Parts: sequence; structure tokens; C-alpha cells
Amino acid sequence: MSGKSLFEKVWDEHIVVPETDDAPAVLYIDLHLIHEVTTPQAFALLKDQQLSVRRPDLTLATMDHSTPTVPVTTLKDLEVVAEAPAAAQIRAMIDNCEHFGIELYGFGSEYRGIVHVIGPELGATQPGKTIVCGDSHTSTHGAFGALAFGIGSTEAAHVLVTQCLLQRKPKIMAVTIDGALQTGVSAKDVILALIGQIGVEGGVGHVIEYLGNPLAGLNMEQRMTICNMTIEGGARAGMMAPDAITLEYLAGRPQAPAGADWDAAVERWRKLPSDPDARFDREVSLDASRLEPMITFGTNPGMVIPVTQPVPTDTGDPSFRKALDYMQVEAGKPILGKAIDIVFIGSCTNSRMTDLRQAAEMIKGHKVADSVRMLVVPGSQSIKAEAEAEGLDEIFISAGAEWRESGCSMCLGMNGDVVGRGQLAVSTSNRNFEGRQGVGARTVLASPATAVASAISGTIADPRELNRH
Amino acid sequence: MCGNWNGCEPAAIVNKFTRLKAIAAPLLRINVDTDAIIPSREIKRVSKVGLSDGLFAGWRYTEPGGRVEDPGFILNRDPFRQAQILLSGLNFGCGSSREHAVWALAEWGIRSIIAPSYGAIFYANCARNGVLPVILDNDVVEDMARQVTDEPEQHLISVDLVDCTVTAPDDTVHAFEIDAADREMLLEGLDAIDVTRKRDDEILAFQARDRLRRPWIYL
Repeated sequence: MSGKSLFEKVWDEHIVVPETDDAPAVLYIDLHLIHEVTTPQAFALLKDQQLSVRRPDLTLATMDHSTPTVPVTTLKDLEVVAEAPAAAQIRAMIDNCEHFGIELYGFGSEYRGIVHVIGPELGATQPGKTIVCGDSHTSTHGAFGALAFGIGSTEAAHVLVTQCLLQRKPKIMAVTIDGALQTGVSAKDVILALIGQIGVEGGVGHVIEYLGNPLAGLNMEQRMTICNMTIEGGARAGMMAPDAITLEYLAGRPQAPAGADWDAAVERWRKLPSDPDARFDREVSLDASRLEPMITFGTNPGMVIPVTQPVPTDTGDPSFRKALDYMQVEAGKPILGKAIDIVFIGSCTNSRMTDLRQAAEMIKGHKVADSVRMLVVPGSQSIKAEAEAEGLDEIFISAGAEWRESGCSMCLGMNGDVVGRGQLAVSTSNRNFEGRQGVGARTVLASPATAVASAISGTIADPRELNRH
Repeated sequence: MCGNWNGCEPAAIVNKFTRLKAIAAPLLRINVDTDAIIPSREIKRVSKVGLSDGLFAGWRYTEPGGRVEDPGFILNRDPFRQAQILLSGLNFGCGSSREHAVWALAEWGIRSIIAPSYGAIFYANCARNGVLPVILDNDVVEDMARQVTDEPEQHLISVDLVDCTVTAPDDTVHAFEIDAADREMLLEGLDAIDVTRKRDDEILAFQARDRLRRPWIYL
């Protein structure tokens, strides 16, 4: 009998009722993250059927998706700055949390922020937990060795009522990343390259476990970037085994176990990494030492190239052509040097201190090109405060960038922060779908380094060139 | 106009699916993401009602963000306006978890989708809203798309969840596989919450066991 993988260990520990041919497993959920956009209909279902929330204490609520990134302290402010439908979602969230007895990290909270940023910050995200949220980027939390994945609103209602989900056991894909990253290449480039390699449907039906030496050299924020975009490769979740870096990150956080509980938890967490003889349904490897900074050229994250390379030649596929037409790029031609309008640094992919510090360091002493609007949106109010304590806000502002309150912001353009029609944006977010960042918006996904280099030059730029000057 | 075996049903969300014989609209693109099915600007709602206005908004209207229909888009053309089946390419419904995508499709009138593969969250959302996601090989989907292009109202597709078959307009029968639980949920119109609430004893037993081994989860 072969050993168990990290995924199997977490899965097996959460089985309430095992799966059969006729029925999926009943899986216990340790942490349910909720936000204002995908829960109103779930709470409505509970109210209609007069059901209560089983574990409000395991439900972590915040507001991020349609929440303004200009200062809001009262509901009156909200009416002024937010569109009526967005404000209605926020009001519903406040009312629902109050009605069902769920603590909400709302406008007054120093911990408010993007749901996938604050879970780890609070220490609520822990190794070995099952974590779900009505948001596909819940895969982020897998960086801690949790099994974390996105669900729909009806499933969210299911979790609210039962603290369980009905799930079939997925397949497991091992992705081994080998080799050291070159200067100017980041975790974002690793995951973009992987999605390019396996395709946006490559991981369908699988949970990915990441293995390999470079992971040990990545901090938790960089690991979260990789797990965050795992969903863009079609996989339900990405997981990384907890190690000393994971423990160091978690120790002392408000919701992390403490004292004897911490010791007991650590003892359990140490047993989570996959056994040496664990079996995987599929194995893929990626040589990180050969990677360059990556940029997308099309309308899904798998349409990605090294920044120095030309757009691939036309395959004759109508979807490929449609994507190039939408993006106004030409097959066989480079997009390095193409004029841009917007740079967005933020989102659950790249809005944490590592990202902001790197961006600030690069932009210091430079100016955002006159033709470019640059928006920097910290992932949480805690990050905003920490960045301001380090003076990063002043560096961004004096370079000509806008410095905002936390939220999802321009990643999906629900809160008023949008890329204009036809404008070209270099964005550190996770999706370059048609119209994702605004009506008719064109998105190039990239690392924070590539985004900053592009903001300074006013064109799509190679961050390694900036470092040379 | 509609070819539903049970007669025309209003395009309200119904949770049951048994059989359907209907006009099928081909939308043969790969990786149709849920942002394309309904953009985020269209989901700023606290109810499920009215979302069909935003269905495929980026493709369906002449101006992005507008409401003037583009006659070139398949669902704006008669008789595809009455389509209850959508044919599409691999990885349909990938991307965002937004269940609004399924609510918008269902409210517009789509009862079944036939594609080679789906985004996992979208697939699960379909089964919970009475929309049947059928998985068939790309060749089969493309062949059926060719058959329905001319005189679509004469070339209906039948989807049968009782037998788990799709019958093409040329009477070719294609068997499909679906998880037994999803099938039952659709056939019976079951509510998963009701199903799981019946396991309350087991959930309580799990919590009692788990509290001993992981007390820090239960602070």
C-alpha cells in the first residue's frame, strides 16, 4: 500500500460520511469565508427556509468585491461614493451578518480587506484545514497546506446551514518546480508559466500539490500567489506542504492556536507533508531556472509568453483569433514596447507586503509615465497601515500613483475602479478575460515588477531592463 | 414555439430535469468563462431575478455595456431565441465561481448545456439549479452544431436524463455519464441542504471526535 499525499491526509480527516457510488462524501468545513457579492442569495435561502447558521464562529466575513477603495467610514459615505447596486450588496452583508450572528470585518475594522488576504493575516488560515468561499481564488489558502477551494452561492448556503459540503474526491496532480529563479523573475511568473504549459483546462478535475526545491526559498506571500492562480489552470485547489516558513508566518497571529494548542497543532501539521511513496494521478514538472518574466497577450491566463518573445503565430483557431482581435495585438509580433494606459497593482494575487515593498523599491526615484494612470491597492487595511508605516505610500504618491483603501478594486471592476473602454492595462491581478476589468478593457497580466517597469516606461516593459539602469 | 416535451415552461428557475427536446444554439468557443457568461458589472444584485438581461452582455449587445442587441450573436437570432440547449467548447464556465452565470442562463431559458468539459464550480452550480450539464466529446458536439445550424426548429436535440442519452437531429444516440448523486438531485429536484441535514447525527459525532484531536478549531 502506498503512502498518502498531503491532499489525502487533509481529505481523510474531514470525512463525516464516506463517499459511495451513489453519493458524494460529506466533508466537514473548518473555515467558511464570506463576502458581499456571492452571499446575499445564500442568506436569502436561509431566511426563506427559516434556517440558522450552524457555526458562526467558523464563518469569517468581510467586504471586498464591490467595496469602494476611497475612504468610507459610515454608511452615509457609502451612499456618496458607491453605485446604488454595490451599496445594496454591502448593506445586505452588514444586515445579514447581524441577523445571523456572524462577526463582520466591516468598514470600521482595521482587519478589513480582500477575503483571501485577511484569512491568512488573521491566522484563520491554517495547515490541514478545509476552507471554502464563494470565490474561485479560495485556492490561495492552499499555500498553508489547507484544502481550500471556491464554491457557488447555493453551496455557500449549504455550508452555512450544515458546516459541510457534498464532494467527490478529486484526482491529484503533482507539479514539481525545479531550479532557482533568476533575478527579475517572481512567483507570479512561475504560475503564469505553469498555466501556459498545462493550459487553462489542464488541471480540470484535479487538485494540484506543488513540490520542489524553489518552494523552500519562497515566503508565504509568494506561495499564496502561486496557489491563488492555480484555479486559472483549471485545478480546483493548489496545495503546498507546511514547513518552518509556514509556522513562522502563523505564530502569534490573532486566530492561530496559542500555548499548548499551538504545540499540539504543530505536531499534527508536521505529519501533513506527502509521504515519499505517495501516488499522484498525474505528474508535471517545470524548470524554474529557465523562466523569464511572463506576460499574457490574449484573453485567458494561459495565453502567456515571456516578455521578450513575440505573440505566437496564428494557429487558425477562431478563439485564438478572436482573442488577438480583442486585445489588438498581432500574431508573430512582440508586445514589448506597446503603449499602455493603466497599471494596477493589487488583487488577491499580488497586493501583500512583499509585492508592495518590491514595487515601491523599483519605482523610488522614478515617475509614472504621463500617459499612464497607476493604481496601488493594498490587499487589506492591515497591509495599508504597515505600508504607510514604512513610507511606501509616499513613494507611490510622489511617483504619481494613486494609493487606495483595500479591496478587490480593478481586478474585476465592481467597485467603480475600472479600466476604460479600449484601454490597455498591465495588471498584477489574475484574469485577463474580455471585459473583466471594465467594459471593453484590455488586460495584460504580469508580476508587480513588470507592472512597475511598464508604468515608468509607459509601455509594456521588461523589469530586468529597469534594474540595469 | 418551444419543443419541450412537457409544453412551454416559463423561464423561471426550476430544480427538476428529466427530459427535454428543444432548439439548440451552437456557441462553439472554447474556455467560455463566467465573466463572459455574465460580466461582474451585471451581478451587482442581491437576488437571482433579472440577471438574464446581463447574460453574455459583452457579446450580445452592439456596444459593450449597452442594451442594443447585436444581430450577429447567436442567441439574438430567431429561432435560437427559443433555444433551451446550448452547445459549446471545452472548459465551459471556467473562471469565477459566480452562480449568477447559471441563474442568468436558467432565467434566459437554457435548461441544458452540452460541452466536452466544464469549470468545476460552474458544473456544481448547474446541478443545483435544474440545469443539466452534459459532457460529450468535442467531435460529437461539433457534429451536432452542424446539424442544428440550418432550420434549427426542425433539427431539435433531445436530452434524456432518465436514460442518460442525447439524441442528435440525425437520430444518432450518444450516451453520457453523470454522477449518480447529481443525476438524482436533478431528476428529483432535491435540495442538497435537506439531504445533508438528515446526516445531523453523523455531523455531531464528527464534531465530538474532532474536538478531541483538534481543540483549537473549536475555540
